[in-house]
Amino acid sequence: MIEFATLLERLAFTPSRNMKLALLKEYFAMAPDPDRGYALAAMAGSLSFAAAKPAMLRALAMERIDPELFAWSYDYVGDLAETVALIWQPESETHQSEAAPGLAEVVHTLDRLPKADVPDVLRRWLDACDASSRYALLKLITGSLRVGASARLAKTALAELASVAPDDIEEVWHGLKAPYGALFAWIEGKGPKPDAKDAPVFRPPMLAQPLENVDLAAFDPAEWRAEWKWDGIRVQLVSAPQGERVYTRTAEDIGKAFPDVLATMQDLGSRVVLDGELLVVRDDVVASFADLQQRLNRKSPTASMLRDMPAGIRLYDILFEDGEDLRPLPFDIRRQRLESWFARLNPPRMVLSDLIAFRNFEDLAKLRDSARSEGIEGLMLKKADSPYLPGRPRGPWWKWKREPLTVDAVVMYAQRGHGKRSSFYSDYTFGLWRTVDDKRELVPIGKAYSGFTDEELKFLDKWIRDHTTKRFGPVREVAHGLVLEIAFDAAQYSKRHKSGVALRFPRVARIRTDKPAEEADTLEDFIHAFL
Amino acid sequence: MDWLELKPEGLFCVPGEFYIDPLQPVAHAVITHGHSDHARPGHQHVTATPETLSIMRLRMGEDRAGENQQALEYGEVISVGAVRLWLAPAGHVLGSAQIVMEYQGQRAVVSGDYKRAPDPTCTPFEVVPCDLFVTEATFGLPVFRLPDPAHEIGKLLHDVRLFPERTHVVGCYALGKCQRLIALLRNAGYHEPLWLHGALLPMCSLYEGFGIQLGELKSATAAKKGEMRGGIVLAPPSAIADRWARRLPDPVVCLASGWMHVRQRAKARGVELPMVISDHADWDALLDTCQATGAKEIWVTHGREEALIHALGKLGIRGRALRLIGYEEDDEQAEEDAVA
Repeated sequence: MIEFATLLERLAFTPSRNMKLALLKEYFAMAPDPDRGYALAAMAGSLSFAAAKPAMLRALAMERIDPELFAWSYDYVGDLAETVALIWQPESETHQSEAAPGLAEVVHTLDRLPKADVPDVLRRWLDACDASSRYALLKLITGSLRVGASARLAKTALAELASVAPDDIEEVWHGLKAPYGALFAWIEGKGPKPDAKDAPVFRPPMLAQPLENVDLAAFDPAEWRAEWKWDGIRVQLVSAPQGERVYTRTAEDIGKAFPDVLATMQDLGSRVVLDGELLVVRDDVVASFADLQQRLNRKSPTASMLRDMPAGIRLYDILFEDGEDLRPLPFDIRRQRLESWFARLNPPRMVLSDLIAFRNFEDLAKLRDSARSEGIEGLMLKKADSPYLPGRPRGPWWKWKREPLTVDAVVMYAQRGHGKRSSFYSDYTFGLWRTVDDKRELVPIGKAYSGFTDEELKFLDKWIRDHTTKRFGPVREVAHGLVLEIAFDAAQYSKRHKSGVALRFPRVARIRTDKPAEEADTLEDFIHAFL
Repeated sequence: MDWLELKPEGLFCVPGEFYIDPLQPVAHAVITHGHSDHARPGHQHVTATPETLSIMRLRMGEDRAGENQQALEYGEVISVGAVRLWLAPAGHVLGSAQIVMEYQGQRAVVSGDYKRAPDPTCTPFEVVPCDLFVTEATFGLPVFRLPDPAHEIGKLLHDVRLFPERTHVVGCYALGKCQRLIALLRNAGYHEPLWLHGALLPMCSLYEGFGIQLGELKSATAAKKGEMRGGIVLAPPSAIADRWARRLPDPVVCLASGWMHVRQRAKARGVELPMVISDHADWDALLDTCQATGAKEIWVTHGREEALIHALGKLGIRGRALRLIGYEEDDEQAEEDAVA
């Protein structure tokens, strides 16, 4: 428990990905089996208990501490588990005699412990642990453990230890169970690669490079295929003898949030792995990303959400059919297989992604810029003979996004960044002008923290410091004197923002020191132009 | 006890006609220790340990550290008016003292800031039996049971080994914490040169002048950027995540303070490696000390006094909150003013 608690504490305070990775590698190399397997399960979000309720923690704490002192302490600390962890005073004899429980011991015990016995066991454990382990234990036992590392990062750490690609771990991952003995044996060279056989495992997807600094004139249009790039989320649909899954492109299983898609897969009963775009589609019309966002935010959707925001899939590719691995085949052949599979089953909720006919890239560019409909981000170019390669190889697939939209907005607030940027004001809230009761005022429409060079960041940081009018903790309010040209992919109405609008992927395109703040755009013009 | 009074200037000893750690310039001040919220400039007559007087002269300049400076060694007894007065070690920082006063058969002790944990850079706290004990309560909540500082130093050294390509910058205030950290690092076997922010160096020299060995110290402000990679840098808390820190190669921000014991406080400061090291008494030390003095009455100057007074009451000891304004809840803010 101590090693795990130490890891948790370090991860919670470490913003840097590389440092998290180093901490994870150190832990996985050092911690014993099966403790490290359960730690991995915690990162994958599959380790959760509801063995104790807050009231039980409080009651336990009261056995050792005066209620008033507890109340003042809780008021100061603000978190029940942390308060109990810090305030708990071990009875001196037991503290000496008993060793702190290992993570696996805790997990195994909780798995079969009758509810009535929880307080006694918990009291014994708390006595044997130090404050940091008590905190981890209490978070675990109340089902509120948060690990500052994603499953993907943990898999990357394991892959680096084993000198394999993270995708090699992904390919077997979903056939495995905690505490992952076979996985650790394999990465340490003590056992064979686990066999995923009939399990609905995730296959690493093929991703496209952005089409930048590429000479299209050198491309032969006959060798390329074009498709719309949809603004949904990329998913992989898997149907295998042991079940069906809906994965995001980062291997997150989102089937629970999309029972409509899962049910479709079950009804089809066809053993396939499909690559597509998940969208909200109403009466054959693709809805905005905001609608999809609402579905994504819900772990399990209500009946009315399923009715009003039905999920649909644009199919891009087929990776497996009846156990046959189609990935080595050229794109054109896979497309034929996809089309004939589609024609045979006529699956509900699904449509084929259109192949766009074009003679040359100039025509295609015009088509790209004219497409302003909801849900289209731009075009995909795929080489006709490209096999399906995991990762983001340069050459076979390109994403050709529309030119971004832009607006000139005024900086209103700035906040310090994290990690390497902790000494810089690098997050900017910007706003547009509007007139209320004959008074002109700025109303915030979004926040940007990317798009600038290091030199520009230095300039922005200095400007913020020199023009601060108020400070609220890490946030500074500034004089309305700096215009930023903000690039964004789409605008939408939003009830959560005071301005009533929100931007998709806003970033700083240019610093407009040449433009007076009074001449920045108005909210009215913005709505007129983009909504 | 009716011969100690609370006045706007601070705590006043009536029969001795002196103030203890007054907030405004007075005729006669007895000073517990050199932190700038306790030792203020402009008094006429100042009584303190030789170390504290030396610290005051360094920080305020010769002319503002008291027109008449009276050095008093620990245990050396003098009479001030009708009061017998001496100083006892408080274990807070170099030269820190408890003020012991006797008058008409009663003894009162004003402890200033103090700690009970061992500190290689100052004389350990001495329990002086008394009738009235005046205590701080900076960490006056039972959640503050602070860990062994050696454990926290171990965390830092482990991290330095794990990330040799980065620079660990530890926020600590200039008087006390800085030198204690250095001594703890040396005791843990770390003998590399330490890189110091310019505001910390003069106080380290002063400590060395009193015979406290700190090993090799170098100026971080004058260093070339690459030189400090993999090393440990000490700087005032205000500098660690601000522009000054940009000279450091790939810094890991650490902060040594008792407040780091609570996660939200550490998070709010943007700290990557919190180190729970405090120069104040923790909860257990506060209760133990108040009991050990045998005092029937405890006055609490500043901090979280309600919880401490409540707990003392359960032990049959009467507590009173003085709520002195002007002493910072951490020395940090006061110290930042001092180095600014």
